[in-house]
Amino acid sequence: MAFLQIDHMTKFFPSHSGGDPVCIFKDVTIKIEKGEFVTTIGHSGCGKSTLLNIIAGLESPSEGGVILNGREAAGPGLDRMVVFQNFALMPWMTVFDNIRLAVRAAYPNWDRERIAAHVHKYIALVGLKGAETKRPTALSGGMKQRVGLARAFAIEPKVLLLDEPFAQIDALTRGVIQEELIQMWNTSRNTVFMVTHDVDEAILLSDRILLMTNGPGARIAENVMVTIPRPRARVTIIEHPHYYKLRNHIIHFLVEHVTHEEETGDSNNGSGGSEKKYPRVVNFEQETLARR
Amino acid sequence: MTMQGKSSPWMISCFLLAVFLLAWHFFTLRPAFEPRGMSEEQLHMMEFNGDIVRTSEEGYAWNPEKEKVRGVPGPLMVIEKARTELAEAFVKKGTNDHGIAYLVAYTVSRFAAGFLAASVVAIMLGVLLGLNKALFQAVNPFIQILKPISPLAWMPLLLYTVKDPKWTAVLVVFMAAVWPTLATTAFGVSSLRKDYLHVAAILQLTWFKRLYKVILPGAAPTIVNGLRIAFGSALVAVVPAEMLLGELGVGYLSWIEWNNLDIAGVIFAILVVGVVGVILDSGFNKLAGFVTYQE
Repeated sequence: MAFLQIDHMTKFFPSHSGGDPVCIFKDVTIKIEKGEFVTTIGHSGCGKSTLLNIIAGLESPSEGGVILNGREAAGPGLDRMVVFQNFALMPWMTVFDNIRLAVRAAYPNWDRERIAAHVHKYIALVGLKGAETKRPTALSGGMKQRVGLARAFAIEPKVLLLDEPFAQIDALTRGVIQEELIQMWNTSRNTVFMVTHDVDEAILLSDRILLMTNGPGARIAENVMVTIPRPRARVTIIEHPHYYKLRNHIIHFLVEHVTHEEETGDSNNGSGGSEKKYPRVVNFEQETLARR
Repeated sequence: MTMQGKSSPWMISCFLLAVFLLAWHFFTLRPAFEPRGMSEEQLHMMEFNGDIVRTSEEGYAWNPEKEKVRGVPGPLMVIEKARTELAEAFVKKGTNDHGIAYLVAYTVSRFAAGFLAASVVAIMLGVLLGLNKALFQAVNPFIQILKPISPLAWMPLLLYTVKDPKWTAVLVVFMAAVWPTLATTAFGVSSLRKDYLHVAAILQLTWFKRLYKVILPGAAPTIVNGLRIAFGSALVAVVPAEMLLGELGVGYLSWIEWNNLDIAGVIFAILVVGVVGVILDSGFNKLAGFVTYQE
């Protein structure tokens, strides 16, 4: 059994117009190994953030469940920390206090000095030394998310859940923080599940990319292996022969599935012949090997 | 140029005050008593009636005691009254004649007791309602009905039930202060950003920590706005409560001076109410500054 397993999960939302509940995604099964970095890409409304929230325990699935390390993970917990799209830093606390709140919660037996040292270590790791006493309002978006990352890494969770973590950060800063994330992840090697819109970001960071079809009734359609060797950097990764193959493949998928794959919308009789084998594995490394 | 720009509001304020005081002075000014053209008999009659008094220079002047209730007193009379009252600020002359400092202390303590009790109750209930949507919706109609009732309307019932004017005055303040804080706290907590609660949930904070580290500080700006409204309405309620209940305080001072037909005293009492309000309000704003944050 995989380290983190999302098992035959289906989510319905109550319909706004009062009709039948709307199926957000259907029968999603994801298996993530320990230390793996897996990203999900899909259009807005395909339910990928809902999926992440369910893994975090912040929402509950209609069917199916989450299994972490052999045990069902229902409800939120310190073993699955989220890095939020809009940072979710407490604006009434300083940078230090924001991280300390998490560290104290994660290590209730530690004394004051040990907690402070741990917090300072992670503040230094994200390059925010000197900003400890600042409040989030005084920080730029990039710095805020550095605090968010420091808070998440500081509690050393089994699974790190990144919910479009860089969507609200300007493009130049985004690249810098992505590389900082790689460095932090290289030392910690948490299992990561990320949700994003950004194809380049997904390729840079991930071991695997899951492509979701459009909702309602979204599914994981493809499982794209990113075989580009690590360590990766933004400048060098684009030189890799598979980079644009991957990128084009993913973008094609995203563009085509706006109109295509609509048979899933017809989900009432979808149990018949249209049942495909999901997800399809895409691996350019093996394709090139096979061609040789 | 900037100095001038900064100092001008002060100068305008001073100017307006001077204009107001001068206008007040001249409109309320009465010409000195003019005995010319009056017979000896008329003067005696007026002296007998107490309208005029003999001065040391064998002339006549308006009786200052009677002047107090003739027309509106001028600023000089009010200042004179204030001077005498402030000089005896810490003097207790009898059961109902305490110095102004005592009166202010009574009013402030009465106000503080009612306001603090109301705030604690309203914040606790508000958090409870804010966190429980169904309960909020169930209780909201009652709050909406109770909220617009003037706190003074409760007074007869409160007086009948608690049978003690001291506590009734405090409870009237309580009634004035409880609804705005309750409504805004419930709103502030229920509209707290979900992210904060999510973080608290992931970090597995105890409910106590969740309340003190996340919910209360997160809703603090909204709660403070409610407290500010409650503060104002409680301050408005405390004066008539004292008047109607006959409890010693600055509100009562205004009423007792009216009973004495001392209009300068009434004006002085009004000014004291204003000054006490301003001081309490600035203290409140200082406190509010500690707990609010910028998003």
